[in-house]
Amino acid sequence: MPGVIVLDVRDVVVSFDGNVVLDHVSIHIERGETVALLGPSGSGKSTLLRVIAGILEPNAGTVTVDGRDITHLPTHSRSVGMVFQDEQLFPHLSVADNVAFGLKVAGVRPAERRHRSEELLDAVGLGGLASRSIDNLSGGERKRVALARSLAPNPSLLLLDEPLTGLDRELHDRLATELAAVLHERGTTALWVTHDRGEAQAIAARSIVFTI
Amino acid sequence: MVSPRAGQLRIAQPNRLPVWFRAMVSVPPVLFLSVFYVWPFLTLVVRGLAGPDAFDLLVEARTWRVVWFTTWQAAASTLLTLAVGLAPAWATARYHFPGRRLLLSAVTAVFVLPTVVIGAAMIAVLPAALERTVWAILAAHVVFNLAVVVRTVGTSWAVIPPDLEHAARTLGASPWQTFRSITLPVLRPAITAAGAIVFLFSFTSFGVVRVLGGGNRNTIEVEIWRRATQLGDISGAATLTIVQLVALAAVVAWSSKVQRRTATTLGSAGTHRFSVRPTGQTRRRVAAAASVAALIVVVPLIALVERSLWNGETYSFVAWRSLGNNEIRPGLNIGIDPLAALRTSLTTAAWATGFALVIGATAVVAISTLGRRSSRVLDTGLMLPLGTSAVTIGFGMLITFDHDPVDWRAAWWLVPVGHALVATPFVVRNSLGVLRSISPDQRHAAATLGATPIRAWSATTLPALRRPLATGAGLAAAVSLGEFGATSFLSRSGNETLPIAIDRLLGRTGRLFQAQAFALASILAAVTIVLVVAIDAGGDRARRS
Repeated sequence: MPGVIVLDVRDVVVSFDGNVVLDHVSIHIERGETVALLGPSGSGKSTLLRVIAGILEPNAGTVTVDGRDITHLPTHSRSVGMVFQDEQLFPHLSVADNVAFGLKVAGVRPAERRHRSEELLDAVGLGGLASRSIDNLSGGERKRVALARSLAPNPSLLLLDEPLTGLDRELHDRLATELAAVLHERGTTALWVTHDRGEAQAIAARSIVFTI
Repeated sequence: MVSPRAGQLRIAQPNRLPVWFRAMVSVPPVLFLSVFYVWPFLTLVVRGLAGPDAFDLLVEARTWRVVWFTTWQAAASTLLTLAVGLAPAWATARYHFPGRRLLLSAVTAVFVLPTVVIGAAMIAVLPAALERTVWAILAAHVVFNLAVVVRTVGTSWAVIPPDLEHAARTLGASPWQTFRSITLPVLRPAITAAGAIVFLFSFTSFGVVRVLGGGNRNTIEVEIWRRATQLGDISGAATLTIVQLVALAAVVAWSSKVQRRTATTLGSAGTHRFSVRPTGQTRRRVAAAASVAALIVVVPLIALVERSLWNGETYSFVAWRSLGNNEIRPGLNIGIDPLAALRTSLTTAAWATGFALVIGATAVVAISTLGRRSSRVLDTGLMLPLGTSAVTIGFGMLITFDHDPVDWRAAWWLVPVGHALVATPFVVRNSLGVLRSISPDQRHAAATLGATPIRAWSATTLPALRRPLATGAGLAAAVSLGEFGATSFLSRSGNETLPIAIDRLLGRTGRLFQAQAFALASILAAVTIVLVVAIDAGGDRARRS
């Protein structure tokens, strides 16, 4: 259903100790769209993602997802997923348990969890790695697990905070197209932060540019 | 060209220190360890296994009551300390706030206080009805061991990236679910390690239980002492020592197995500390956690001083003024001279520090100059007294040096030697790290400038050793001043050290004796804290320079 607005950020202001990082920022994203958020480091891209995820409370402004004002909702009740820059995979859980974590806290039955996490691992090209320990993954595999994990609970909106940092050029480019394809196939609404113009063009039809 | 057989050839070491030098530095520590640790320990084991009624003792109901009490109070102390310590561990690891460093220092200072002082402080702070109960023992163990949990768990907590928890939140986990399923499992190895240490300390608790226990509230350690010194049942006490050794070995084996199994790594994030200023709601929680911890460690010490000034009706310095006077009425002597005990303690600490320094310094030099295998043996050997309870050390010495030609029970140096045995590991640990950080190329450089091996060694090594040895000396003095376990076996009446005098005064009825005990405990606490603060300040200066 293109045209329906999923994310609506209005006039968000964030300042740290009098230092204004986001000054009346407004953006919106339509259903099924992947939007790239471009800008140099320090321009407040990550800060905006944290405001949308509820990790950071804005000084002013509102965040609406699917028509619901979530500005003051705690993170876990927002249905906003996030892929972190350094993945933040849970070190004490296996690959499958990482992916199934969101399903588990939502109360999904074990059999269903296993089925869904296997399906997601297949989708990101990691079929058969379910029982692996997190310690034995390559850099690219870690990124794929992080994406699968955040897709599992079917969030209304997915945030990706420079999800491909730390990979070599060739792997970076390959993974960018692959992950963007996964998002597209699943019809995920996504906001993808990057500082790389090429990456933005590869993954999104539309870009929002932040400047300092 | 390198000969293809070079690897198999014995490599000549032209720059090695001469044999006579290496022998000279190895003899003192080896001799000291063999005579005062290995021999008494073996004597104790032989006596314990060969005792005529070792079996009778093991089937006695009292023995199992003691073992049972020792175990359950240690388990309860561990759970309580973990429960109390997690909140301050979280607050100090995760947040910067005014007084954070002071709180950590206070918690740590209490950990290094003599156990007898903690026992006395519990009597001072608790209402009379709780003074000598199992509750007092548990409370003392919590106060004493809080630092273990706050420091060990805190170190792990500080390096968990907040985004790991945020990740769980974005996946729909509530704060409580996040704590249960992410934070707690990641902290588990640290919690297990801290729990194991607290359990071991509480299991082998001697000073605290001597002061607060009695009757059915005896740990194995206290029962060993009671049998050996009060009942004269040497073989029974020796058998109990074996029981304790077996139990301890089991606990250590279990904890290292559990820790291996639960070890998880935080990967690259493992060294970065994440800590911020608390805001909003969190600020109140951090303040609450920090205040409770501060009250737990500080109030007993304040009570100690306060009770030393309380004579039942008003506050006065009577107890302090009468410290030098051990007559109740003219001509009637109670046999404990508080001021003499202070003098004895200071002399003993001076000698013990001297012994520990000589043995420790020669040991460090020996370990760093001997071949790999012999240095490993010496290193491990010198650490053994640290893993052996002080009671075992004192008891072993008591039954070994009691007949000619080694009847040393009356020798003035026996108590300082016992203390030095417990203190030497601190001297060695401290200096060895510094010594190992000196690059061998420094010595090689000196050699290329014409220095002989000994000259090159002393020019590069000795200056670096000065500071760690000074720190080691401070630690040794602190250990000696508070030592109670070994001293309980070795000290002779008329020559009591402070901890012994405090314990005996607390055992007397009469308000003045109690107040005197609190006064002495206050002095001992103050001296120990000053020593530790000085060591800490020295260490800070060293790190900055």
